Amino acid sequence: MNDEGGPIFRQVATLVENAIVDGSLAEESQAPSSNELAAFHRINPATAAKGLNQLVADGVLYKRRGVGMFVAPGAREQVLKRRRSEFADQYVRPLMAEAHKLGIPARELAAMIDRWEGSR
Amino acid sequence: MTAVARVRDVTMRFRDHTALDSLSTGIEQDAITGLLGRNGAGKTTLMQLLTGHRVPTSGSVEVFGAAPYENDAVLSRTCFVKEGQRYPDHFRVRDALAAAAAVFPRWDADLAARLVADFDLPPDRAIRKLSRGMNSAVGIVIGLASRAPLTLFDEPYLGLDAVARQLFYDRLLADYAEHPRSVILSTHLIEEISDLLERVLLIDRGRLLLDTDAESVRDSAVTVTGPADRVRSLAADHELLHAETLGPHGRAVVRLRPGTDLDDVRTAGLTPEPTSLQQLVVALSLHTSGAGAGAPTDLEEVSR
Repeated sequence: MNDEGGPIFRQVATLVENAIVDGSLAEESQAPSSNELAAFHRINPATAAKGLNQLVADGVLYKRRGVGMFVAPGAREQVLKRRRSEFADQYVRPLMAEAHKLGIPARELAAMIDRWEGSR
Repeated sequence: MTAVARVRDVTMRFRDHTALDSLSTGIEQDAITGLLGRNGAGKTTLMQLLTGHRVPTSGSVEVFGAAPYENDAVLSRTCFVKEGQRYPDHFRVRDALAAAAAVFPRWDADLAARLVADFDLPPDRAIRKLSRGMNSAVGIVIGLASRAPLTLFDEPYLGLDAVARQLFYDRLLADYAEHPRSVILSTHLIEEISDLLERVLLIDRGRLLLDTDAESVRDSAVTVTGPADRVRSLAADHELLHAETLGPHGRAVVRLRPGTDLDDVRTAGLTPEPTSLQQLVVALSLHTSGAGAGAPTDLEEVSR
Protein backbone atom coordinates (compact mmCIF):
# COMPACT_ATOMS: atom_id res chain seq x y z
CA MET A 1 0.00 0.00 0.00
CA ASN A 2 1.28 3.54 0.17
CA ASP A 3 3.80 4.99 2.57
CA GLU A 4 1.93 8.23 3.09
CA GLY A 5 -1.21 6.91 4.69
CA GLY A 6 -0.01 5.77 8.10
CA PRO A 7 -0.10 2.18 9.38
CA ILE A 8 -1.29 -0.34 6.79
CA PHE A 9 -4.05 -1.73 9.01
CA ARG A 10 -5.52 1.79 9.22
CA GLN A 11 -5.38 2.12 5.45
CA VAL A 12 -7.26 -1.17 5.16
CA ALA A 13 -9.88 0.09 7.60
CA THR A 14 -10.18 3.37 5.66
CA LEU A 15 -10.67 1.55 2.35
CA VAL A 16 -13.46 -0.59 3.80
CA GLU A 17 -15.02 2.56 5.27
CA ASN A 18 -14.80 4.25 1.86
CA ALA A 19 -16.84 1.42 0.37
CA ILE A 20 -19.42 1.85 3.13
CA VAL A 21 -19.59 5.63 2.57
CA ASP A 22 -19.99 5.38 -1.22
CA GLY A 23 -22.65 2.70 -0.78
CA SER A 24 -20.86 -0.13 -2.58
CA LEU A 25 -20.79 -1.99 0.72
CA ALA A 26 -24.35 -1.74 2.02
CA GLU A 27 -25.36 -2.05 5.66
CA GLU A 28 -26.00 -5.64 6.74
CA SER A 29 -23.98 -6.92 3.77
CA GLN A 30 -20.91 -9.09 4.23
CA ALA A 31 -17.54 -7.33 4.35
CA PRO A 32 -14.56 -8.86 2.53
CA SER A 33 -12.61 -11.38 4.60
CA SER A 34 -9.11 -10.69 5.85
CA ASN A 35 -7.72 -13.23 3.36
CA GLU A 36 -9.54 -11.54 0.48
CA LEU A 37 -8.27 -8.14 1.58
CA ALA A 38 -4.74 -9.54 2.00
CA ALA A 39 -4.71 -11.03 -1.49
CA PHE A 40 -6.21 -7.94 -3.12
CA HIS A 41 -3.97 -5.39 -1.43
CA ARG A 42 -0.95 -7.75 -1.33
CA ILE A 43 -0.47 -7.40 2.40
CA ASN A 44 0.00 -9.79 5.29
CA PRO A 45 -3.32 -11.42 6.34
CA ALA A 46 -2.62 -10.55 9.99
CA THR A 47 -2.44 -6.88 9.02
CA ALA A 48 -5.72 -7.12 7.11
CA ALA A 49 -7.34 -8.84 10.10
CA LYS A 50 -6.11 -6.04 12.36
CA GLY A 51 -7.81 -3.50 10.08
CA LEU A 52 -11.09 -5.42 10.22
CA ASN A 53 -10.86 -5.81 13.99
CA GLN A 54 -10.38 -2.07 14.28
CA LEU A 55 -13.69 -1.62 12.44
CA VAL A 56 -15.38 -4.12 14.77
CA ALA A 57 -14.03 -2.22 17.77
CA ASP A 58 -15.39 1.01 16.24
CA GLY A 59 -18.81 -0.61 15.79
CA VAL A 60 -18.69 -0.22 11.99
CA LEU A 61 -18.60 -3.99 11.41
CA TYR A 62 -19.93 -6.82 13.53
CA LYS A 63 -19.04 -10.49 13.61
CA ARG A 64 -21.38 -13.34 12.85
CA ARG A 65 -19.74 -16.37 14.33
CA GLY A 66 -18.55 -18.81 11.71
CA VAL A 67 -19.83 -16.66 8.85
CA GLY A 68 -17.75 -13.51 8.74
CA MET A 69 -17.98 -9.77 9.24
CA PHE A 70 -20.98 -7.65 8.33
CA VAL A 71 -21.62 -3.94 8.04
CA ALA A 72 -23.43 -2.72 11.14
CA PRO A 73 -26.74 -0.91 10.81
CA GLY A 74 -26.08 2.83 11.01
CA ALA A 75 -22.43 2.31 10.06
CA ARG A 76 -22.52 4.73 7.13
CA GLU A 77 -23.93 7.57 9.22
CA GLN A 78 -21.41 6.81 11.97
CA VAL A 79 -18.44 6.93 9.59
CA LEU A 80 -19.72 10.11 7.94
CA LYS A 81 -20.18 11.78 11.33
CA ARG A 82 -16.65 10.93 12.44
CA ARG A 83 -15.11 11.99 9.15
CA ARG A 84 -16.97 15.31 9.21
CA SER A 85 -15.61 15.99 12.67
CA GLU A 86 -12.08 15.23 11.42
CA PHE A 87 -12.50 17.25 8.23
CA ALA A 88 -11.24 20.57 9.58
CA ASP A 89 -8.14 18.99 11.02
CA GLN A 90 -7.32 16.84 8.00
CA TYR A 91 -8.13 19.20 5.17
CA VAL A 92 -8.66 22.78 6.35
CA ARG A 93 -5.55 22.92 8.51
CA PRO A 94 -3.06 22.02 5.72
CA LEU A 95 -5.01 24.26 3.30
CA MET A 96 -4.69 27.21 5.71
CA ALA A 97 -1.02 26.44 6.34
CA GLU A 98 -0.23 26.52 2.60
CA ALA A 99 -2.35 29.65 2.08
CA HIS A 100 -0.53 31.34 4.94
CA LYS A 101 2.82 30.38 3.41
CA LEU A 102 1.77 31.96 0.11
CA GLY A 103 0.27 35.06 1.72
CA ILE A 104 -3.32 34.29 0.71
CA PRO A 105 -5.71 35.78 3.30
CA ALA A 106 -8.61 33.70 4.60
CA ARG A 107 -11.30 35.80 2.90
CA GLU A 108 -9.59 35.34 -0.47
CA LEU A 109 -9.54 31.61 0.24
CA ALA A 110 -13.28 31.72 0.96
CA ALA A 111 -13.84 33.59 -2.32
CA MET A 112 -11.85 30.91 -4.14
CA ILE A 113 -14.06 28.20 -2.67
CA ASP A 114 -17.19 30.11 -3.78
CA ARG A 115 -15.82 30.51 -7.31
CA TRP A 116 -14.87 26.82 -7.41
CA GLU A 117 -18.33 25.80 -6.28
CA GLY A 118 -19.96 28.14 -8.85
CA SER A 119 -17.88 26.78 -11.74
CA ARG A 120 -18.93 23.19 -11.16
CA MET B 1 4.99 -14.34 21.07
CA THR B 2 5.01 -18.06 20.45
CA ALA B 3 8.34 -18.95 18.94
CA VAL B 4 8.73 -21.78 16.45
CA ALA B 5 12.50 -21.40 16.68
CA ARG B 6 14.96 -19.75 19.03
CA VAL B 7 18.63 -18.95 18.89
CA ARG B 8 20.33 -18.00 22.12
CA ASP B 9 23.63 -16.18 22.26
CA VAL B 10 24.73 -17.78 19.03
CA THR B 11 28.19 -17.08 17.66
CA MET B 12 29.41 -18.53 14.38
CA ARG B 13 33.05 -18.18 13.40
CA PHE B 14 34.76 -19.18 10.18
CA ARG B 15 38.51 -19.04 10.76
CA ASP B 16 39.05 -15.35 11.55
CA HIS B 17 35.63 -14.20 10.36
CA THR B 18 32.73 -13.84 12.80
CA ALA B 19 29.51 -14.33 10.81
CA LEU B 20 27.18 -14.17 13.82
CA ASP B 21 28.11 -12.45 17.04
CA SER B 22 26.23 -13.47 20.23
CA LEU B 23 22.91 -13.23 18.45
CA SER B 24 19.67 -14.08 20.24
CA THR B 25 16.22 -14.00 18.71
CA GLY B 26 13.00 -15.93 18.22
CA ILE B 27 11.10 -16.74 15.05
CA GLU B 28 7.40 -16.16 15.56
CA GLN B 29 5.16 -19.10 14.83
CA ASP B 30 2.84 -18.84 11.81
CA ALA B 31 4.15 -15.41 10.82
CA ILE B 32 5.99 -14.23 7.73
CA THR B 33 9.33 -12.88 8.90
CA GLY B 34 11.61 -10.77 6.72
CA LEU B 35 15.29 -11.45 7.30
CA LEU B 36 17.06 -8.33 6.09
CA GLY B 37 20.60 -7.04 5.99
CA ARG B 38 23.47 -6.26 3.68
CA ASN B 39 25.56 -8.84 1.88
CA GLY B 40 27.72 -10.66 4.39
CA ALA B 41 25.52 -9.58 7.32
CA GLY B 42 24.99 -13.20 8.40
CA LYS B 43 21.51 -13.90 6.99
CA THR B 44 22.41 -17.12 5.21
CA THR B 45 24.47 -18.34 8.17
CA LEU B 46 21.47 -17.84 10.47
CA MET B 47 19.27 -19.81 8.06
CA GLN B 48 21.86 -22.59 7.85
CA LEU B 49 21.86 -22.84 11.65
CA LEU B 50 18.05 -22.99 11.80
CA THR B 51 17.98 -25.75 9.19
CA GLY B 52 20.73 -27.87 10.72
CA HIS B 53 23.19 -27.24 7.89
CA ARG B 54 25.69 -25.96 10.44
CA VAL B 55 26.37 -26.16 14.15
CA PRO B 56 27.13 -22.88 15.92
CA THR B 57 30.59 -22.20 17.35
CA SER B 58 28.82 -21.39 20.60
CA GLY B 59 25.27 -20.80 21.80
CA SER B 60 22.13 -22.85 21.22
CA VAL B 61 19.69 -23.29 18.35
CA GLU B 62 16.25 -24.73 18.94
CA VAL B 63 13.63 -25.45 16.27
CA PHE B 64 10.30 -27.04 17.24
CA GLY B 65 11.82 -27.33 20.71
CA ALA B 66 14.86 -29.40 19.68
CA ALA B 67 18.31 -28.96 18.17
CA PRO B 68 17.91 -29.20 14.38
CA TYR B 69 21.32 -30.68 13.52
CA GLU B 70 20.90 -34.26 12.20
CA ASN B 71 17.42 -34.33 13.74
CA ASP B 72 14.92 -35.87 11.29
CA ALA B 73 11.93 -34.95 13.42
CA VAL B 74 12.85 -31.28 12.97
CA LEU B 75 14.17 -31.40 9.43
CA SER B 76 11.13 -33.14 7.93
CA ARG B 77 9.13 -30.12 9.09
CA THR B 78 11.64 -27.62 7.68
CA CYS B 79 12.08 -26.58 4.05
CA PHE B 80 15.07 -24.45 3.10
CA VAL B 81 14.99 -22.92 -0.38
CA LYS B 82 18.55 -21.86 -1.03
CA GLU B 83 19.86 -19.29 -3.43
CA GLY B 84 21.26 -21.14 -6.47
CA GLN B 85 20.11 -24.57 -5.26
CA ARG B 86 21.95 -27.46 -6.94
CA TYR B 87 20.31 -30.71 -8.00
CA PRO B 88 21.82 -34.00 -9.22
CA ASP B 89 22.95 -33.63 -12.85
CA HIS B 90 20.40 -35.97 -14.40
CA PHE B 91 17.43 -34.50 -12.49
CA ARG B 92 14.52 -33.23 -14.53
CA VAL B 93 12.03 -30.77 -13.02
CA ARG B 94 9.64 -33.66 -12.27
CA ASP B 95 12.44 -35.60 -10.51
CA ALA B 96 13.13 -32.69 -8.20
CA LEU B 97 9.42 -32.44 -7.37
CA ALA B 98 9.17 -36.22 -6.79
CA ALA B 99 12.17 -36.08 -4.46
CA ALA B 100 10.57 -33.21 -2.53
CA ALA B 101 7.26 -35.10 -2.36
CA ALA B 102 9.10 -38.01 -0.71
CA VAL B 103 10.82 -35.78 1.85
CA PHE B 104 8.00 -33.48 2.99
CA PRO B 105 5.06 -35.20 4.71
CA ARG B 106 2.68 -32.31 3.97
CA TRP B 107 3.59 -32.07 0.28
CA ASP B 108 0.64 -30.90 -1.84
CA ALA B 109 0.97 -32.38 -5.34
CA ASP B 110 -2.00 -30.39 -6.71
CA LEU B 111 -0.48 -27.13 -5.55
CA ALA B 112 2.88 -28.14 -7.06
CA ALA B 113 1.20 -28.88 -10.40
CA ARG B 114 -0.61 -25.53 -10.37
CA LEU B 115 2.61 -23.67 -9.57
CA VAL B 116 4.53 -25.52 -12.30
CA ALA B 117 1.91 -24.30 -14.76
CA ASP B 118 1.92 -20.76 -13.29
CA PHE B 119 5.68 -20.48 -13.69
CA ASP B 120 5.66 -22.15 -17.12
CA LEU B 121 8.13 -24.81 -15.99
CA PRO B 122 8.83 -27.67 -18.44
CA PRO B 123 8.48 -30.83 -16.27
CA ASP B 124 10.64 -33.01 -18.52
CA ARG B 125 13.55 -30.65 -18.96
CA ALA B 126 16.85 -31.30 -17.16
CA ILE B 127 17.27 -28.77 -14.37
CA ARG B 128 20.86 -28.04 -15.38
CA LYS B 129 19.49 -26.80 -18.72
CA LEU B 130 17.08 -24.35 -17.10
CA SER B 131 17.71 -20.63 -17.06
CA ARG B 132 18.59 -19.09 -13.74
CA GLY B 133 15.09 -17.73 -13.30
CA MET B 134 13.49 -21.10 -14.00
CA ASN B 135 15.91 -22.71 -11.55
CA SER B 136 14.72 -20.22 -8.93
CA ALA B 137 11.12 -21.04 -9.83
CA VAL B 138 11.73 -24.74 -9.13
CA GLY B 139 12.90 -23.78 -5.63
CA ILE B 140 9.82 -21.61 -5.12
CA VAL B 141 7.48 -24.40 -6.21
CA ILE B 142 9.16 -26.80 -3.77
CA GLY B 143 9.14 -24.25 -0.96
CA LEU B 144 5.44 -23.49 -1.32
CA ALA B 145 4.19 -27.02 -2.09
CA SER B 146 6.19 -28.50 0.81
CA ARG B 147 3.77 -26.75 3.21
CA ALA B 148 6.57 -27.22 5.72
CA PRO B 149 5.66 -25.72 9.10
CA LEU B 150 8.93 -23.77 8.88
CA THR B 151 9.82 -22.65 5.36
CA LEU B 152 12.88 -20.53 4.63
CA PHE B 153 13.49 -18.70 1.35
CA ASP B 154 17.02 -17.36 0.92
CA GLU B 155 16.90 -14.77 -1.88
CA PRO B 156 14.62 -17.02 -3.91
CA TYR B 157 14.18 -14.57 -6.77
CA LEU B 158 17.55 -14.65 -8.58
CA GLY B 159 16.95 -14.34 -12.32
CA LEU B 160 13.18 -13.99 -11.86
CA ASP B 161 11.57 -11.14 -13.73
CA ALA B 162 9.13 -8.74 -12.08
CA VAL B 163 6.10 -10.71 -13.26
CA ALA B 164 7.39 -13.99 -11.84
CA ARG B 165 8.32 -12.33 -8.55
CA GLN B 166 4.82 -10.88 -8.24
CA LEU B 167 3.47 -14.36 -8.94
CA PHE B 168 5.64 -15.73 -6.13
CA TYR B 169 4.43 -13.10 -3.65
CA ASP B 170 0.78 -13.63 -4.63
CA ARG B 171 0.96 -17.42 -4.38
CA LEU B 172 2.86 -17.20 -1.09
CA LEU B 173 0.21 -14.90 0.43
CA ALA B 174 -2.70 -16.94 -0.87
CA ASP B 175 -1.35 -20.27 0.34
CA TYR B 176 -0.13 -18.82 3.64
CA ALA B 177 -3.61 -17.39 4.27
CA GLU B 178 -5.17 -20.83 3.78
CA HIS B 179 -2.40 -22.77 5.52
CA PRO B 180 -0.67 -20.52 8.03
CA ARG B 181 2.91 -21.52 8.73
CA SER B 182 6.20 -19.95 9.73
CA VAL B 183 7.97 -18.39 6.78
CA ILE B 184 11.35 -16.68 6.76
CA LEU B 185 12.09 -14.62 3.69
CA SER B 186 15.57 -13.25 3.13
CA THR B 187 15.70 -10.60 0.45
CA HIS B 188 17.29 -7.39 -0.74
CA LEU B 189 14.11 -6.35 -2.56
CA ILE B 190 12.67 -4.81 0.58
CA GLU B 191 10.26 -2.45 -1.12
CA GLU B 192 8.61 -5.36 -2.92
CA ILE B 193 7.95 -7.47 0.15
CA SER B 194 7.56 -5.01 3.01
CA ASP B 195 3.75 -5.26 3.03
CA LEU B 196 3.89 -9.06 3.15
CA LEU B 197 5.80 -9.13 6.41
CA GLU B 198 4.51 -9.46 9.92
CA ARG B 199 7.94 -9.53 11.59
CA VAL B 200 11.23 -7.92 10.66
CA LEU B 201 14.71 -9.07 11.61
CA LEU B 202 17.55 -6.83 10.49
CA ILE B 203 21.08 -8.04 11.03
CA ASP B 204 24.30 -6.23 10.36
CA ARG B 205 27.76 -7.77 10.70
CA GLY B 206 26.39 -10.65 12.72
CA ARG B 207 24.44 -8.52 15.16
CA LEU B 208 20.75 -7.78 15.47
CA LEU B 209 19.72 -4.22 14.59
CA LEU B 210 15.96 -4.70 14.52
CA ASP B 211 13.71 -7.44 15.87
CA THR B 212 10.18 -6.16 15.76
CA ASP B 213 6.79 -6.37 14.11
CA ALA B 214 6.56 -4.76 10.69
CA GLU B 215 3.74 -2.42 11.70
CA SER B 216 5.73 -0.76 14.45
CA VAL B 217 8.70 -0.30 12.12
CA ARG B 218 6.58 2.04 10.07
CA ASP B 219 5.71 4.07 13.15
CA SER B 220 9.18 4.05 14.64
CA ALA B 221 10.97 6.45 12.32
CA VAL B 222 10.02 9.55 10.37
CA THR B 223 11.78 11.48 7.66
CA VAL B 224 11.65 15.20 8.39
CA THR B 225 12.48 17.88 5.89
CA GLY B 226 12.76 21.64 6.31
CA PRO B 227 15.26 24.37 7.08
CA ALA B 228 18.56 22.72 8.04
CA ASP B 229 18.88 24.48 11.39
CA ARG B 230 15.40 23.39 12.45
CA VAL B 231 16.05 19.83 11.29
CA ARG B 232 19.26 19.93 13.34
CA SER B 233 17.55 21.09 16.51
CA LEU B 234 14.83 18.45 16.15
CA ALA B 235 17.45 15.75 15.58
CA ALA B 236 19.26 16.83 18.75
CA ASP B 237 16.15 15.96 20.77
CA HIS B 238 15.61 12.53 19.22
CA GLU B 239 17.68 9.69 17.82
CA LEU B 240 19.19 10.74 14.50
CA LEU B 241 19.81 7.88 12.08
CA HIS B 242 20.71 9.63 8.89
CA ALA B 243 20.97 13.21 7.72
CA GLU B 244 21.57 15.11 4.52
CA THR B 245 21.59 18.78 3.64
CA LEU B 246 21.25 20.72 0.44
CA GLY B 247 22.36 24.25 1.20
CA PRO B 248 19.92 25.62 3.78
CA HIS B 249 17.57 22.66 3.28
CA GLY B 250 17.85 19.58 5.46
CA ARG B 251 16.45 16.07 5.64
CA ALA B 252 16.86 13.60 8.46
CA VAL B 253 15.63 10.15 9.37
CA VAL B 254 14.96 10.20 13.10
CA ARG B 255 13.53 7.82 15.62
CA LEU B 256 11.16 10.01 17.59
CA ARG B 257 10.94 9.61 21.33
CA PRO B 258 7.74 7.81 22.35
CA GLY B 259 4.78 10.13 22.75
CA THR B 260 6.08 12.74 20.32
CA ASP B 261 3.25 14.65 18.65
CA LEU B 262 3.83 15.07 14.92
CA ASP B 263 1.83 18.30 15.07
CA ASP B 264 4.62 19.78 17.21
CA VAL B 265 7.06 18.81 14.46
CA ARG B 266 4.85 20.56 11.91
CA THR B 267 4.48 23.61 14.10
CA ALA B 268 8.27 23.82 14.18
CA GLY B 269 8.12 24.37 10.39
CA LEU B 270 9.17 20.85 9.45
CA THR B 271 7.43 18.30 7.25
CA PRO B 272 7.33 14.81 8.74
CA GLU B 273 6.77 11.84 6.43
CA PRO B 274 6.63 8.14 7.19
CA THR B 275 9.87 6.27 6.59
CA SER B 276 9.51 3.15 4.49
CA LEU B 277 11.01 -0.12 5.71
CA GLN B 278 13.64 0.11 2.99
CA GLN B 279 14.62 3.67 3.95
CA LEU B 280 14.84 2.65 7.61
CA VAL B 281 16.97 -0.41 6.82
CA VAL B 282 19.37 1.71 4.78
CA ALA B 283 19.53 4.44 7.43
CA LEU B 284 20.08 1.97 10.28
CA SER B 285 22.71 0.00 8.38
CA LEU B 286 24.63 3.16 7.43
CA HIS B 287 24.23 4.53 10.94
CA THR B 288 25.85 1.50 12.57
CA SER B 289 28.57 1.15 9.95
CA GLY B 290 29.57 4.76 10.63
CA ALA B 291 29.32 5.56 6.95
CA GLY B 292 26.67 8.16 7.76
CA ALA B 293 25.55 10.47 5.01
CA GLY B 294 27.45 10.26 1.75
CA ALA B 295 28.46 13.91 1.78
CA PRO B 296 29.98 15.41 4.91
CA THR B 297 27.47 17.64 6.62
CA ASP B 298 27.41 19.36 9.94
CA LEU B 299 24.18 17.50 10.71
CA GLU B 300 26.22 14.35 10.82
CA GLU B 301 27.99 15.54 13.91
CA VAL B 302 24.73 15.40 15.80
CA SER B 303 24.56 11.67 15.23
CA ARG B 304 27.86 11.05 17.05
